[in-house]
Amino acid sequence: MNHELVEKNVGWLAVLIAVAISFGGLVEIVPLMHQNAVTQPLPGMHPRTPLEVAGRDVYLREGCYNCHSQMVRSLAEEVLRYGPAGQAGESVWDHPFQWGSKRTGPDLSRIGGKYSDEWHRIHLMNPRDVVPESNMPAFPWLAEKKFGPGEVAAMMRALQRVGVPYTDDEIAKADADVAGKTEMDALIAYLQSLKFPQPPAPANQPAAPAAAAAASAPQAGSAP
Amino acid sequence: MSTFWSGFVIVISLGMIAACLWLLFANARGAPGETTGHVWDEDLREYNNPLPRWWFNLFVILSAFGVGYLVLYPGLGNFRGWLGWTSTQQLQQNLDTLTARRKAAFAALAGKDIPALAQDPGARTLGRAVFLNNCAGCHGADAQGAVGFPNLTDDDWLYGGSPEAIVATITHGRNGVMPPIGVGLSPEARQALLDFVPYWSDPALDPAKREAGMKQFALTCAPCHGADGKGNKILGAPNLTDDIWLFRGGRAGVEETIMKGRQSAMPAWQNVLTPDEIRVVAAYVYSLAPHPVPPAAAAPAPATPASAP
Repeated sequence: MNHELVEKNVGWLAVLIAVAISFGGLVEIVPLMHQNAVTQPLPGMHPRTPLEVAGRDVYLREGCYNCHSQMVRSLAEEVLRYGPAGQAGESVWDHPFQWGSKRTGPDLSRIGGKYSDEWHRIHLMNPRDVVPESNMPAFPWLAEKKFGPGEVAAMMRALQRVGVPYTDDEIAKADADVAGKTEMDALIAYLQSLKFPQPPAPANQPAAPAAAAAASAPQAGSAP
Repeated sequence: MSTFWSGFVIVISLGMIAACLWLLFANARGAPGETTGHVWDEDLREYNNPLPRWWFNLFVILSAFGVGYLVLYPGLGNFRGWLGWTSTQQLQQNLDTLTARRKAAFAALAGKDIPALAQDPGARTLGRAVFLNNCAGCHGADAQGAVGFPNLTDDDWLYGGSPEAIVATITHGRNGVMPPIGVGLSPEARQALLDFVPYWSDPALDPAKREAGMKQFALTCAPCHGADGKGNKILGAPNLTDDIWLFRGGRAGVEETIMKGRQSAMPAWQNVLTPDEIRVVAAYVYSLAPHPVPPAAAAPAPATPASAP
């Protein structure tokens, strides 16, 4: 090997490093872009409503992902605590996805329906009112702010551009859907929408692995 | 994965291992003492010695490990690996193990009624685990509740504290609704209520105010809270005479309640918890509250007399 060629020529060095590193991406990333399990929504999923989209924007803005993940790992303990393990197809319409990488608070991907709207409102105003030992910050300003005209439609248009199947009709109705709602209402609507997608009416088909996991969750409440 | 992408992954993965080995062996030999040829700072040269043997061997072992891994475990495209391992299957096995252990734990408690379970330390531990995972969010880890969420450690029950009532509450959930009944009242009527209801349990309350308040109460509130204000467990209407307030008490709190109304919801847990889990968590909750001693248990429990620790 001619050491001198790469050691004395930073351009060549850069090119060769890029080539060497790209092999990892070629094997681990590129094939995923062509797999249905990763690019197609799970059965029963529907795009978020305008109010939920607005709530998701609040979730991102307030940095909820810094403490809350949205991915149940495929470990028995996690499935028992939260519900069915997360699947790639759940996040195909999330741009960016909210899997997160840190859990100061609990995972939120199955939080929908676990608490009432009123509980969430009290909890967001001051978490200590319902969970005395909580160290989550309070978000009282969300109850005062509302969305400007066209704001939520713009969010939806951006999502539409990256592949979420919104129709122009749905986007046109966005303002009406969030009329009079505060950011807190939107965030709560978003949180209540975080559930494992339920497949539409059960035909007599063998249960998919996902459905099987979902079915086994109810008997799995909490580990002794 | 389609055949094309599977092949793509296999070819690049194996090709990379082969290329690494080629690079390793191609550079394994070399005359010790030969330099790479370039010179720094007039006389600094770099030897082009081959890798030390142990280091060379580590690379070979690493490559062998890589190949071994790809043969045994899924990694090469659609090839499943000789062991047939999948994460889904491992998850299911672990879940099955835990479920079997749980079944065994619950089997030991089968056939006991709730008060008996509440006496059983094992059942209480199980119940507490269920409680902390599912109920503590609203009722608190200490079960003492919060504003709008009832305290479970006192003897004041909205829907009844009998074992059957607790199980029914957990299984089917509850919905409590207080209408904003003060909105339609005349200011005087509202005033009469607010002068009286927040201070019901206070013996020092002006008797005239009590009388006026009682009169209005009988018209407006008694259908749900009872003529004596002691509440109605069928509706979940709270007892107003005991100075225990589900929402905020005091004049301001009661005014908010009658002007804005209150809504509270206890979710139904029958789709989340198993009947066994509901039984142990009900027993745990039952054990938290003070109970008048039931006649049957009044006789000392037949615990072996001398063996108590």
